[in-house]
Parts: sequence; structure tokens; C-alpha cells
Amino acid sequence: MRGFAKPLKIALGLAVIAALIIVPMNFNRYGLFILSQWAVMSIAAMGLNLTLGYAGQVSLAQGAFVGIGAYAAAIMTTHGWPLPAAILVAIALSFAIGWVLGYPALRVQHHYLAFVTLAFSTLAFLVFRNESWLTGGIYGISNIPRPHILGIATNKPLPFYYVCLGSLAIVSLAVWWLIRSPWGRAFMALRENPLRAQSLGIDTRRYTLMAFAIGSALGGVAGALYAPLTQYIDPVPFNLSLSLDLLMMVIVGGAGFYFGPFLGAMIAVLLPEWLRFTEGYYLMLYAVAVMLLLIWSPTGILGILDRYLAERRTKAASALRAVAKSRLETAQ
Amino acid sequence: MSAVLEVTGIKKNFGGISAVDGVSFDVREGEILGLIGPNGCGKSTLFNCILGQLTPSGGEVKLDGKLVTGLRPAELNKLGVSRTFQLLQVFPKLSVRENLILAGQEHQGNMASRLVGRSDAGLTDAANQMIGFFKLDHLADEPAGGLSYGQQKLLDAAMAFMGGPRLVLLDEPAGGVNPSMLADLKDRLVAINREKNATFVVIEHNMEFVMSLCSRVMVMAEGKVLAMGRPDEVRKNPAVIEAYLGH
Repeated sequence: MRGFAKPLKIALGLAVIAALIIVPMNFNRYGLFILSQWAVMSIAAMGLNLTLGYAGQVSLAQGAFVGIGAYAAAIMTTHGWPLPAAILVAIALSFAIGWVLGYPALRVQHHYLAFVTLAFSTLAFLVFRNESWLTGGIYGISNIPRPHILGIATNKPLPFYYVCLGSLAIVSLAVWWLIRSPWGRAFMALRENPLRAQSLGIDTRRYTLMAFAIGSALGGVAGALYAPLTQYIDPVPFNLSLSLDLLMMVIVGGAGFYFGPFLGAMIAVLLPEWLRFTEGYYLMLYAVAVMLLLIWSPTGILGILDRYLAERRTKAASALRAVAKSRLETAQ
Repeated sequence: MSAVLEVTGIKKNFGGISAVDGVSFDVREGEILGLIGPNGCGKSTLFNCILGQLTPSGGEVKLDGKLVTGLRPAELNKLGVSRTFQLLQVFPKLSVRENLILAGQEHQGNMASRLVGRSDAGLTDAANQMIGFFKLDHLADEPAGGLSYGQQKLLDAAMAFMGGPRLVLLDEPAGGVNPSMLADLKDRLVAINREKNATFVVIEHNMEFVMSLCSRVMVMAEGKVLAMGRPDEVRKNPAVIEAYLGH
């Protein structure tokens, strides 16, 4: 966020990180589960934000990649492989499949592309459900173990929450590096003006495929953490509605803003919980809140902040111009 | 003077209409070639065929004697061919400086070094120089979308020069630019042409701009080359007056 002083930003960041580490220490099992889910969904939403928010490629398949990662991790860890190895396989697998899914994007865009990815999402769901020799079909895979990290068992909710939080931290740093690198700039060029990008030597084919592959790989990471979090997976959580949820997280948080997915995941995962006191009405209130937000600010929560800061900058700039002008007039 | 660009018999048909109908010409090292002609005579289509944005229906394009017909725009750009657009083509949400860094970054290193290397690909100084050269200093950190039309035209031109191109094709750089800024633009183009020895092809309707800037002028009409020569020769050519200048 431009406009805030740097030390203030750093202090704010450190306070949030400290809070995420310390506050949950006396949370109950359910609270920790919800917070872990927030961390996992933030990772998946960050991936989609890269593909959609930065590179401008619509995808309704992010949920399928979470599923691919989850099944990869579930199958491997129940066969005795350590979770880090399973995460690497989940990354490689979703990267490769995401790369292939990027090819349609070289031909079709916008809602046409949305439909191609939607079809893929359905295909993945059918594989999870029907190929029971691999995935356990509708019975799913149970007894998914949680890992030992540096000799510490993470069976209990708190240690596993720290696994999720640590993974989120690593992914956040990697994504931050990526979007401020020339690659990130090239992704934004794809979104803003692919024709001009080509004429500046930007290999739009390669960057489009990369945007899909990397975004999907992060979906795979999220899935590989989701499986040991719930310790039981079946095909239902990875159907189209997860892709739509992730899309909503990105849009509500603010597509193309670095912190968008964190906020979006918070709203999608935590807000329904906070609204539980309203009993039967909580889903309705939640739906109305999302609609009102998007009517007020189509660019999401961070879009509101961005507009405010831009306005403040414009005011400051015109004030400066006014001063300069009056000085010129006095000089004359 | 050797030819940087040789175009031989380029054709482009859209359905039954031939927009470009067997155009041949060459562009000499270091020259500024003007390309004029009535609207719809095929100038921009010719540009797009040369630059790989359209696949020509026939003919050849050679860059420094090497056949480059059918190469993709990004590949041609890496070989030193750059362009500006008739309609505004900047990246509106990126700042002016980011636009310029983006315009040069693919000419630095490779995919891997662009991922792990410096965020600005080592181009901040070059971008700042270009900003100074085009007198956009006070706008360096503004989003390009917030600039005036004329300023965006300047930025568009500046972006075309970031990769250190040998050949730049400018599509109506003067269109919609006010007179004082136009003088600036001409000034900058002449300076880059001399200092960097860059070769230009300029499509333009502003006759005064073309005649004072270009060393040779090519006139197109109905997809064909009507005349080619020094500005004063072309101006006197009866066929050109008939087709274009006279009205």
C-alpha cells in the first residue's frame, strides 16, 4: 500500500504475524481448525490471484487443483511417504496439469476460458469420484496421518496450525518475490494489454502458461495441506463450488492486490462462523454482505483502500501544483 | 547504405479484398522513411504484416538480409524491431517508470534470471534516462492511465526505444498530439535517429511533420506503392497529388 509510512507498515505487519502466532494458543480445537482452514484457503486463493488477478486469465478450476494436491498427499502419506515429499509431488503434478490447462487460454479468453476451465473442474471431480482404485471413490481416503516436523508430532491441532501458518508464510514470500520480479510485471502486461506486450518482446504464450502452472501449483500446495488437516477426504469438497468459493475470495478481497486473498479467505472462512449467532440466517446475511460489498466496490475490499489512497495522492498533488502556481505568479 | 529491411511483394487479402497488393520497398540503414496514403490504403496492414501481427498472404520480409516472414511479434522485437501503435497502447495501471522497465526487461538476461534476478532487471537508470529524454520526469511514478493523450503518445514512443531497437515502425505518432508537444516529439525522434543510429518507418497524415522529418517518403494507394522518393519529389508527383495531396 503506497501512502503509509514504511516503518508503520512494517510494525503493522509484525503485529499481525505475532497475533497469528500468539492469539490462537488458547483457541479450542474448532477455532484452530477454522484458522488452519483460513491459512490453507489463503494459499489456494493466492494461486488464483496470480492467474486471475495479476495475469488476467479467468479460471474456474482452482478447486480441482486443491483436490489434485489433496489426493496426491492423501495417497502418498497413507502409503508411508513423508508429507514434504507429498507436497513436492502435489506441486509438480498440479504445475504440469495447470500448464496443459493453460493451452486453451492461448486461444480463448474471458467467459469462454471460464467454461473450458469449468469443464476441467467437472472432469477432475469425476476422476476423484469414479476412479475408486486410486481415490477410494465416494468412500474417500481416511486416516490421513499428520507429519512429524523436525521430530515434533503435529497430531494436535495447535502444532498443525503452525504447519499451515508456516506454509502460508513461505508461499507468501515466494509470491511476493514473484510479483515484484520482471515475471510479475509481464503477468500484469498480459492482463492489461497482451497485444502491446508482444510487440515489446514479451513471450505472451510462455508467460500465460506459466501463470496457469504456478497458480495451479499453489492450489496443489493448499490441497496437500488440506488432506492432513481434515485427515479424511472424499470428492465432495473439491467440486465446482470450491472453485467458485476461491474465485469469490479473490474478487471480494481484491483481485490483483497482494493482500486480497488473505482478506478474501478470511471473509469466506471466518465470516460465516462469526455470523453463526444469527442461527438460521447466517448464510443469508453472508450472501447479502458479499453482494453489498461488490456493489459498493467491484474491485473488492482492497479496492476501497486503493481508491482512498489514490484520492489522497491526487489531493496532495493538486495542492503542490497550486503552491507552485502561486509562486510562479508572485515571481512574475 | 545497406538495407535494414527489405520487403518483397507483400500481399494481404481479407476475404475477397486485397488490403495490401504486392508491396515492395527497402528501408536503408539510419534513414527515416515516411509512409503516407489515404485512409484504408493498407499502411497499417502493411505494418502488421511486417511485424508478424498478421500473416501475409504472400511475399517476403528480410531483416538485415535474413528472412523473418512469419516470425511472431515477440521474436521480431528480440531481433531489434520495435513499434508504436496508432491507438494508445500503454499499460494503464503501471506507473510510467514501470511501463518503461517492462518495455526493456525481455531484452535482459533469460527467463530464469528474470525470475531470480533484480526486480527492475537493472533498468531503473535506463528508464529514468528515457523519462528525462521525453520530459516526463514529473510523471514518472504516476499510473500511465492518468496521463493526458499527448503524454501517453510520448510514453508509447519512449517504450518502443527501451529495447535499443535497430528499426522502429511508428504508426501515426503525431495523431492527436498538440503542436508544442509535436515539436518536442519530432525533436526527440531526430535525436534518437542520430545518436543511436536507429532506423524509422513513420506512418503519418500530418504532411508538415512527415515532410520535415523524413529523408524519403513512400506513398500508398489502394494497397499498392504509388510513389517513392525525396519529400520534395513526392510532393510534385502528379499521381500523388491526384490520389492524395490534391484534395
